[in-house]
Order: sequence, then structure tokens, then C-alpha cells
Amino acid sequence: MSFAVLSQQLRRRAQRTEKSIWYTLASIGLILLVGSAYTLSTDGTLSFLMPNYLLQQMKIASFLGIAATGMMLVILLGHIDLSLPWVLATSAMLATAVGGWVALPYGLCIGAFVGLLNGLGVAYLRVPSMIFTLGMNTVLKGLMVVFTGGFAPRSEAPEWMEVLAVGTMLGIPNSLFVWTAIGIAVVFILTKTPFGRYVYAVGNQEQAVFLSGVRTPWIIVGAFVLCGICAAVTGMLLAGFSHKAYQAMGDDYLMPAIAAVVIGGTNILGGRGTYMGTVLGTITIVLLSSMLSVMQMPEAGRQIIYGAVIIGMLLVYGRQEEH
Amino acid sequence: MKHWRLYFKQNQGLLVAIGLFLFFYGAYSSLHPQGFTAALFNQNSNECFALVMAAMAQTIPVLTGGLDLSVGAILTLVNCLASELLGGTAVENAIGFAACLLAGLACGFCNGCLVVYGRLQPIIATLASSAIFIGIALFIRPTPGGTVNGDLAFAMTYDLNEALMAVGLSGLSGSLAWCGQIPTTVFFALLMALIWTFFKRTQFGLEAYAIGASAEAAFMSGVQVKRAKLIAYSLAGFFAGVGGLYLALQTSSGNANIPQASAYTLNSIAAVVIGGTSLYGGMGGAIGSIFGALVLRSVAFNFRVIDEQSALGFLANPLYQPLVEGVVLLAAVSIGAFWVFRIKNRLEIFK
Repeated sequence: MSFAVLSQQLRRRAQRTEKSIWYTLASIGLILLVGSAYTLSTDGTLSFLMPNYLLQQMKIASFLGIAATGMMLVILLGHIDLSLPWVLATSAMLATAVGGWVALPYGLCIGAFVGLLNGLGVAYLRVPSMIFTLGMNTVLKGLMVVFTGGFAPRSEAPEWMEVLAVGTMLGIPNSLFVWTAIGIAVVFILTKTPFGRYVYAVGNQEQAVFLSGVRTPWIIVGAFVLCGICAAVTGMLLAGFSHKAYQAMGDDYLMPAIAAVVIGGTNILGGRGTYMGTVLGTITIVLLSSMLSVMQMPEAGRQIIYGAVIIGMLLVYGRQEEH
Repeated sequence: MKHWRLYFKQNQGLLVAIGLFLFFYGAYSSLHPQGFTAALFNQNSNECFALVMAAMAQTIPVLTGGLDLSVGAILTLVNCLASELLGGTAVENAIGFAACLLAGLACGFCNGCLVVYGRLQPIIATLASSAIFIGIALFIRPTPGGTVNGDLAFAMTYDLNEALMAVGLSGLSGSLAWCGQIPTTVFFALLMALIWTFFKRTQFGLEAYAIGASAEAAFMSGVQVKRAKLIAYSLAGFFAGVGGLYLALQTSSGNANIPQASAYTLNSIAAVVIGGTSLYGGMGGAIGSIFGALVLRSVAFNFRVIDEQSALGFLANPLYQPLVEGVVLLAAVSIGAFWVFRIKNRLEIFK
């Protein structure tokens, strides 16, 4: 492959990333437009454009956004983390059971520990991440069923979780600050640290990275640990949002998180994607489901539209190159 | 001598799955208070069949190096469709039966089109299409229910004698009497295994394996990659449809239950892996997946019969069931991964 061809390809890739950002922005605009048209025609208000509504949506988006952040790191490696739902629920349940300020490091450690196990299984045992994390999900679910006896745990979320999840500062939801902080940290890691560059590199061609002297298994383990921590943060915020942790609290987050990452232009095979895309993908998905529930769309229609939108958006900009 | 060793090596996964199945099911039937009876076998095979079909369905895209996350959704969709269509007269039921099978095939074909012509990644394409299929299933059947012709359901989910009598013949007697007690599901499974074997021996089956082993090499050697993938995903939809159809006959109802659908999808992946098919494609087969699904189910069966007084008595507590299932799954895939520690050239571990 000559240099000219290579640079042309790189340029095309860069353009494609940008393309996904323009399309997600456009679809966010479209959703707001359709939603406003709907509310205008039914009760004559423009509630979709009200700052209150948007801030409320951003609060909900930050839960999904944090989960999607971790998922993005793993997807950039070309792996996937299907244990997200129960990492989220496990750390929320155990953290609320402990209570108080100790719950914060405790919950984070649980997330990191499960991430570590996932990473070790994927990086050293070379089990495909899809099946290893799936098994981990089942194990965690089993552990929590034993732990709680199959009922929702009685313990309530400590106050700081509720403050972080539902409280506001200067009118802006606190959870949005959490998301922003995590987002900035991840962008810094991905773009400014060797670890972040290796994440992209491993996603492109693990062999080459290994041969150039990088301990690739550590990169994989690191990304899975970060993913576990993100899931734990989401879990604790969600516990604060609903005052307690409960069974299956994470089940509604796995598919939307993957969808948010992919809609944001990250290649599901790894190696390519921007954090901005993930943020916009998250907002698209949250606004879409909010619009559908405002329109009182039945569950059947919601699922169909949800699937069709993902397929439609990916057909526009997420296609693979032909051989 | 040598080719036996080769055979064992090539079919290691399948043989391990068969061994695990015999172990767990043997343990179950020996612990069962009534022991191994025809009625018990019948009940168990009915409980296994839908998952067996989901696992077979999952195998084919996996062999091509892809994945089908919509297996559970197609199964659910056809299940709901069948609960609408199978409650009438014999002719209506026959048409409904065909319609259900076609629906499964059509869903699989749509997946294939998304992957081949849409050029989307199989994981994400089928993830999105599964939402659409579940949506349609919910549209057909917003609440669980529906009617399925009782005679039809009984003939299809009981034993051979019953099925023969349903079509107006007499049951088997004499030296073949024991055959009459074989569950109908076993014959269905054999039929599906035959369809799979036929597919595997056709050009398309071979092409599916070739694509999974190396898409580029297959393309260079003149394999029509697009056609082969389309056929692979369509056949997967067909198998999933058979599973859904059977679920409707077994439960006499349809239920568009999202957690149930994703449980089928995830278990089908687990069954495929336990059955010795590589998730990277090109290696394995649907027969292994049948036994993979049977292993998963027979592990769960054991919880029903384990003696509470024994050393493993705590397992009789149903609360431990998900935990043990997960541990078994994790242990199975981790033990299968110990080849990594035997290889000499570390570059080989990167696929």
C-alpha cells in the first residue's frame, strides 16, 4: 500500500467520523422539531424546547452516557462488555447495603474488580469477550439473587447518591457534572496518554501493537477496569435516582449503551471512534425514547421505531467498505 | 489409528459437549425419584427443544464469522404469530404452520440483507433488527395469550404414538412398541439435524465455513460471499422460527416477553460455545450446538432433584440456580481456553 493510498484512506476515515457527528446532530434537531410540532399541535406548547425539559433529559442522559463511556472504551478495543447490567446492579446493591460515604469507594472497587476479572479472562485466557462477560453477567446475577434472596434489597440509597443523582447546582443537574467530569477524564485518557493511543491501536491491529513492545494484555485489562468503574458509577447514580437499588435495574442499559456508542460513529470492530460521537449518540437515544413516550406511543411502535432509527442511521454513515 | 485421532481432534468440542450432557442428564435421571421414564424424557425434551433450535440458528451466522443477536426476537415473533394462526381448522392450521415457518425465514432473510447489502456489522444489525422483531411481536400480541388448537399441540408435543393417531394411523405395537414412546420432539430434532447436515454438505454450507475461516481467501477462491451469507442468515431465521413455532405448541400461547427473548439469544450463544463452535467462525457445527443447549438445560434440571441433605444440598435452593449456571458457563469457556498456555509462539494467540 503506497503512502498516497494510505493517507487518502486516513482522510476518508476522518471525514467519516465527522459525518457521523453531523448526522447525529441533525437527528437530534429533527427529534426536537418533531417533538415540538407534536406538543404544539396537541396542547399548544413548545415543551420540547423548554430549558427545564432539556435539563431533565440531560439528567437522564447522563446515566446512559456514563455507562456508554465505559462501553465505548471496550468497543474501541474491538471487544464488548455484556456484563454491564449486573455490574451496575451489583455495585449499586452492595454500595447501598454498606451505606454512608464508604459506599462510594466500595461501589467503585466492585466495578473495578469485576472489570479486572473480565479483562483477565479476555486478555490472558483469550476467551471471546462476548461470551466471557456474558458468563460474568450471569454469575453476578446469581450472586445478587443469593445475596438479596430474590427480593429488592431493603436498604435505601445514602444521601450523597440522591444528591448526585437528582440534586441540582445553579439549576444544572449534578449528574450532568458527574458525566462531564468522567467525559473530560476519558477524553484526556484517550487523546493525551499512551494508554489511550494504545486502546485505539489495539483495536486496529493487536498483533502489530504487541510486536512493537506494548504489553497489550494490560491495555485490555485497563479498558475493562475503566468500563467496570463507569458501570458502577451509573449504578450508584441510578440507585440515588430511584432511592434504592433493585433487581434488573441495569437490564435497560445494555442495548442502549451499545447503540449509543455505535450511532456515535464508533466502529463496533474497534479502533475508530470519538467521544463526542458517543455523547451525541447518547443524547439522540434519550431524546428519541423521550419523544416516543411523550407521544404515548405503545411499546410495540417504540421498539420498531427504535430499531428502524438505528438501522437507518447506520445505513447512512456506518457501512463497511466493500472488499 | 491415525485418522481416529484426527477425528477426535477435529470434533473435540462436540465430544466434550456430548460427554457433559450424558454426565449431567445421567445424574439428573438417576437422582429423579421415578428414575428414567418415557414420560420424564418426554417432558424434558419438550423443555429443551426451543433452546436447541435457537442454538442451531445461532450456529450458522457464527460459522460465517458473524453473530445473530435477533435469534430470541425471531423466536418470540414466530411464537406470537403462531398463537394467532394455529387456533382454527386443520386447513387453516396447515396454512398457519407454513406461514410461521416462512415468517422465520423472512426475518432471517432481512437480517441477511442488512448484513450483505447494508454492509452493517452483524452484531449491531441484528441488535437493531431484534428491536423491530420484538416490536412486531408486541404488535401482534400486546398481552400474553392466544389460542392453539389443542389436538395439534398435543400431537406435536407428545410421543410418536400420539402423533400417528392424530393423522389417523394406529399406534406402534409389538416389537416396535418402545419406538412409539419416543417423544415427537426427538423426531423434530432429528429432522432439523438432517436439514443442517444437508445444508452443510451443499455448496452453501461449505461456503459458510469458508467465509468464517477467511472471508478474503473465500472471496479470492470464487465463493459468492454475499449469496452464502444471505443463505446462512435466512436458514438461521428458519431454525429460530421452528423454535418459536414449537414454543407456541408447547405453551399453547404466545408471549412477547423481552427478557425471555434476550435470554434465548444469550443462552443460544452460550450453547454454541459449549458445543465447540468457535466464535471467530469457520469451526464447529450445529450438532455440537444441539448438545450445548442440552447441557445448559440438563444442568438446570439437576436443581430440581438434588438431595437437600447431601453435600451439595444447598443447590436445591432455587436461589442458587442462576449462580451455578453462570459458574458452569464461565468454567466451561475458561477451561476450553487453556490452549493459550500450551502454545509456543505467542503471536499465535492473536486471532
